[in-house]
Amino acid sequence: MNNPHILIEGVSVFFPLYHGNARSLKKTVVAAASGRLGQDRQHRVVVQALRDISFSLHGGDRLGLIGSNGAGKTTLLRTLAGIYEPVIGRVVVQGRSNALLDASLGMNVELTGRENIMLRGLYNGLPRPALARLEQDVAEFAGLGDFLDLPVRIYSAGMVVRLGFALATAIRPEILLMDEWILAGDAEFLDRARQRLEAMVRSADILVLSTHDMQIVKAWCSRALWLDQGQVRLDGSPECVADAYLGRAEQTAIAAMAEQ
Amino acid sequence: MDTAVTPEVRNTLLELEGDPSFATRNRLAMRDVGEGTRLLPLAWTLGWLDIRLRYRGSMLGPLWLTLSTGIMVGALGYLYAGIFHTDINSYLPFLALSLVLWGFLASVVSESCSAFTESEGIVRAVRMPFFLFAARLLIRNVLVLAHNVLVIAVVYAVFRVWPGRHGLLAVPGLLLWGLDSLALVLMLGTFCARFRDILPIVGSVMQIAFFMSPVIWMPEQLGRGQALLPFNPFFDMLEIVRAPLLGTLPAEGIWLGAMLYSIALWVLAWSLFTRARGRIAFWI
Repeated sequence: MNNPHILIEGVSVFFPLYHGNARSLKKTVVAAASGRLGQDRQHRVVVQALRDISFSLHGGDRLGLIGSNGAGKTTLLRTLAGIYEPVIGRVVVQGRSNALLDASLGMNVELTGRENIMLRGLYNGLPRPALARLEQDVAEFAGLGDFLDLPVRIYSAGMVVRLGFALATAIRPEILLMDEWILAGDAEFLDRARQRLEAMVRSADILVLSTHDMQIVKAWCSRALWLDQGQVRLDGSPECVADAYLGRAEQTAIAAMAEQ
Repeated sequence: MDTAVTPEVRNTLLELEGDPSFATRNRLAMRDVGEGTRLLPLAWTLGWLDIRLRYRGSMLGPLWLTLSTGIMVGALGYLYAGIFHTDINSYLPFLALSLVLWGFLASVVSESCSAFTESEGIVRAVRMPFFLFAARLLIRNVLVLAHNVLVIAVVYAVFRVWPGRHGLLAVPGLLLWGLDSLALVLMLGTFCARFRDILPIVGSVMQIAFFMSPVIWMPEQLGRGQALLPFNPFFDMLEIVRAPLLGTLPAEGIWLGAMLYSIALWVLAWSLFTRARGRIAFWI
């Protein structure tokens, strides 16, 4: 069983709410996440970010996660990456995984571009010779020139995005966990970026992608999971799930218009 | 143009379950320490960059540390030698050593509190062993200590003090300090991630400890009260390194006390860390 695979069995993840005035916070959160508040054994207020999720993925699977903001997509990605450990249930992940959750992962704006590249390599456990290759690859793609030796703090917003993207796509994992920020970028950059991203996606054995873009889900994924308030609403082929999700979204929009 | 890099194969099986047994928690905590140890090159780089960043753009760089410690030792030395009516020739070497060593202890303790919270970005972006942050903190503080050792060397040279062969006995003491520092980070780092008001409490405890421990005053000045000193953990820990470096042996029972305090610290730290490790990411 050394092939990359993911097994999720009855996983629930709860967030404790410790900070701030419990009572007023309680009121605001009740309004925001209706029905998803509970109390745990010690009577702390918790948000149930994921509730009883089960699925398994094997080599070649491409899973798209869809759902509204706050549905639990990013929490599920973090759970798969081992950042959040489940409160109930079991998570088994076999394979080198890489989670691309936000552009600034570990980037320290006080450090130079070159130092940031080296750090990312070390975070990923790269040996010395691979570090040099990583630096060359990222420098070439980001096209920062002499800026590479200046602190990231003085980069333009576009340069930061280029560096972040180049770094994120430079390391090839077996299991790729992707949040949708990576699909955004400026137009001139986008073409080259898409090629590079697609090359990385192709080389991964398993892809889990969280996105709002149904075209991407249909084009890239072989399976889709619709998350709603931390629960699986629908699990099936990308076309089927995307259409169901869009259908519901349309209904909500119509209902909202009718109310007005 | 496919120059992309594939990471080195590590232990790639991740198996986590809700409400794990004690044995599982313990195994995961051990694995955390093991993986953190393997990432030592990263801890070293992070620790070194921490120092570089603190002093980036300043003319002397980390030597500011040495200079400010040197000025403090010189000023306090003459002031307190006067107040205590002590011979400056024996007092100043004692003070230089004490202040530098205490500086290490105090900054390890206070920085422990923010060890995990300051790395929030990393913790929430990728699964990293928490032990890595402990190693980073230790390395950072050892580097600061290394810069301050220069002050001790200068004072020793000026006052012609030489610890002699006894000085070597400071080595096991320093090793114990290293182990205890790691335990402190695992304990206070976890605790402070959960309870944010611990940080100021630790700050004031360390300030009281500074005055209550023989750092700027010598143990002999206490007279009969000396018998009570070993009950202050900071005294035992300080003595196992300081006494050899002053050319004497730690008094009887000091090493025993230091070992007992260290074991207690590790037991406490380990039980807290194994219990709470999986929750830290939710807290910070």
